[in-house]
Amino acid sequence: MTQNVIFDLSVRNVRRHFLRSILAAIGIVIGVIAITSIGIMGANLTLSVTETLSANSDTIKVSPGGGPSSGGGFGGGGGSGNDEDEYISEDQFRDIVQAASPNTVIPVYSESDTITVGDLEGRAAIYGLDDTDITTLITVANGTYLKSTSTALVGPTLAERYDLKIGSRIKIGDEDSDEGTSTVRVAGIIEERGMTYDISTDNAIVVSDRWFTSVYGNEGEYDEVIVKLNDINDVDEVEEAIDNQLNRREDEVTISDASRMLDSITSSLSMIIYMMMGIGAISLLVAAVSIFNVMMMSVTERTREIGILRSIGTRRSVVRRMFLYEAFILGVIGAVIGGILSVIIGYTVVLVMIGTTAYFFTFDSLIYVPYGIAVGIAVCVLSGVYPAWKAADLDPIQALAAE
Amino acid sequence: MSSVPVISLRDVTKVYSLPAGDVVALDHVSLDIMEGEFVAIMGPSGSGKTTLLNQIGSLDVPTSGDLFIAGKNIGEMNDDELTDMRRDTIGYIFQKFNLIPLLTVYENVEYPLILKYGKRDTTGRPIELLKMVGLEGPMLEHKPTEISGGQQQRVAIARALVNDPKILLCDEPTGNLDTKTSKQIMDILTDLNRQGRTIVMVTHDPETATYAHRTIVIRDGRVDP
Repeated sequence: MTQNVIFDLSVRNVRRHFLRSILAAIGIVIGVIAITSIGIMGANLTLSVTETLSANSDTIKVSPGGGPSSGGGFGGGGGSGNDEDEYISEDQFRDIVQAASPNTVIPVYSESDTITVGDLEGRAAIYGLDDTDITTLITVANGTYLKSTSTALVGPTLAERYDLKIGSRIKIGDEDSDEGTSTVRVAGIIEERGMTYDISTDNAIVVSDRWFTSVYGNEGEYDEVIVKLNDINDVDEVEEAIDNQLNRREDEVTISDASRMLDSITSSLSMIIYMMMGIGAISLLVAAVSIFNVMMMSVTERTREIGILRSIGTRRSVVRRMFLYEAFILGVIGAVIGGILSVIIGYTVVLVMIGTTAYFFTFDSLIYVPYGIAVGIAVCVLSGVYPAWKAADLDPIQALAAE
Repeated sequence: MSSVPVISLRDVTKVYSLPAGDVVALDHVSLDIMEGEFVAIMGPSGSGKTTLLNQIGSLDVPTSGDLFIAGKNIGEMNDDELTDMRRDTIGYIFQKFNLIPLLTVYENVEYPLILKYGKRDTTGRPIELLKMVGLEGPMLEHKPTEISGGQQQRVAIARALVNDPKILLCDEPTGNLDTKTSKQIMDILTDLNRQGRTIVMVTHDPETATYAHRTIVIRDGRVDP
């Protein structure tokens, strides 16, 4: 094939000025590493956040009050819906149960209060749940579920901070307040749940609803209602049903789910990543200029050679192709080396910055390697377009006369 | 020698536009060169003989007038057609040899074949031609810069012949060679002409011109009668 011979000529040209070619390709190497490893890091970050949050995608949270959601802070922010005037009434709860049927609906009492363990004093979120709901929502890592109304489950972080064991006593409430204090005994330590959308139990105390209402009152005035879906694909349908049921006349409740939060987090993440990749792309631009420069030098140096090729019957298109191949070869060398290095560098960056490489060898993460390589080659070939046209359009007679 | 003109110029004028004004390099030149002729073009420097050779070699087209090569009017051709004409119908031999420095001796000769047929040679023609001009063996794997001027010109002749062109154009083929090598090169050209190849040669050495059947003298862009 003609192409092969022309390609061969291009290869020999690249080799003729080996050092110069390598230096030009290094620019591409750096550019590809910059955009690829940033892309890989971004993908890993997004994947790890998504994975954590999508574990909660079977959860719909109904909070009292209309208007825009309070921002849907992570895990419902223990006690954030604690406003005296705002609660979900027993009637509203029944409406939600009806609308969300047959999914599980869990009413939640929550409060934030002072706790005292031995000499240590602090604040913690306190959730009041029905016994059955506790077993649905919570897994006990150590100990048992609630055995009586005066027992409680504690989150692992809280347990560690206050050095709580099974049987430890926690004094809840402020001694100076009207309500006085009540004491609960730890029945079990809750398994770590991390970032969740329903209730954050890691740093909280979970008690029975009976205990909760006996201490704080307000029976039948729930702080939030959690709907656990049997099928996560029903999210929109169930949300709409609840909305129709309760918010027909005026907005009585706010309905939210993890996907909204996930969307806003991933979209701001990807914006940051794109911005960083844009900065990385500047190094590719610098590389493009250096490739352009090398190609222009090559055209000038080889003017006479181009004249010879043209005079013995080489078409313009073939000369053009020869130079484009050269740019392509430089691009492939640079981009492939860059691609390989960015896997290594990307892995290191992910390990250091995200702390886990669990998502590294996934499609979404490694797809940036071929992307980066393709962009690197494309940038190279594009930088070669003008020099190639210039070479092809040389007048054969004038080119032959050149020294 | 036949009576069919393989090269035919009718009123060919070539004007170069320079910033200082137009320069008339060829001024209404009309001439015929028959198939199988060996023609020498002579004239002082700047007389237009190289311009004339470039027109015949399809490297350039006339400003006005008609120039027929093997029956085709090159004034009506586009760049690709002119390029194909140079590849298939014309063999060019230059004073400075003009071999491709990146290719070996063998590859230089093979190159026009590849351009024409789009594949590596399988006929053995490059080897045959190189043998004819007296080159063979490990020499064929050398790069042009590694061999002598006389050898380079032999390679150039083999390359010019590889696509079996009707016309061989020689621009001062012995201008860069010593007397002994010049004679060898001219003997090769004479042989080729005897085999029926049309040769047009620009020279300003009267002795070299004696190899030709006919000498055309160009002065100030006109054919000297």
